[in-house]
Amino acid sequence: MTATPSPMVTRLEGAAPEVEVSRDMIRRGLIVGPVLIALCGVIWGMAGVSSSAYALVLVLGNFAIAAGLIAITARISLGLMMGAILFGYLIRLGILFLAVYLVKDAGWISRPALGLTIIVTHLGLLAWELKYVAASLAHPGLKPSRSH
Amino acid sequence: MEAISHVVAAGLTGDEQKKANAAIGAGFAYGIAAIGPGIGIGYIVGKSVEAMARQPEAAGMVRTTMFLGIAFTEALALIGFVVFILIGL
Repeated sequence: MTATPSPMVTRLEGAAPEVEVSRDMIRRGLIVGPVLIALCGVIWGMAGVSSSAYALVLVLGNFAIAAGLIAITARISLGLMMGAILFGYLIRLGILFLAVYLVKDAGWISRPALGLTIIVTHLGLLAWELKYVAASLAHPGLKPSRSH
Repeated sequence: MEAISHVVAAGLTGDEQKKANAAIGAGFAYGIAAIGPGIGIGYIVGKSVEAMARQPEAAGMVRTTMFLGIAFTEALALIGFVVFILIGL
């Protein structure tokens, strides 16, 4: 019987499927974003437009940072990856808080539009992405496109 | 109790008291909403690392599932964050 390798020394080489998934979600977010921004604009006016755009940037940036952290640290060690994900969660929440706190009293911010866009974009993009994720041994990231 | 007596002694008006209560409630909403996802993400990542160490050939598949799991779990914290924005920031 062979011993299980220690997660502190095992590292993962090769392609990073989470970056591929995250990039695809950002692409879809940029496609759907203008519709959501326009909707917020109709309901909350110009403040809704700017708040919704700001929230969209925050959510897409959050996805990109999360995937980047996993991809970079997985090449070093699985133990580091685990630590980076857990501390990354705290750091990303902190960045999100700071980003909203700094603009909370600005005239161009509409809090309901900001909050609604954060939740709808985050959950909506994730649910939409599930349709395109293969997560199989042959295709660990996205499903192969029909043209290939 | 000492904190409450300080508030009473400070002689807050009705509006100020309402704002103070909202701030306290918002802080609790965000703080408590962040605990659950923290535990959930820890559990997801721990099990994923275990799976990747045992079966490195399935690492790509596990990483994708882990990433999506983390993102879905994080949505709970974001809902708490939005409540925090709306009621007390």
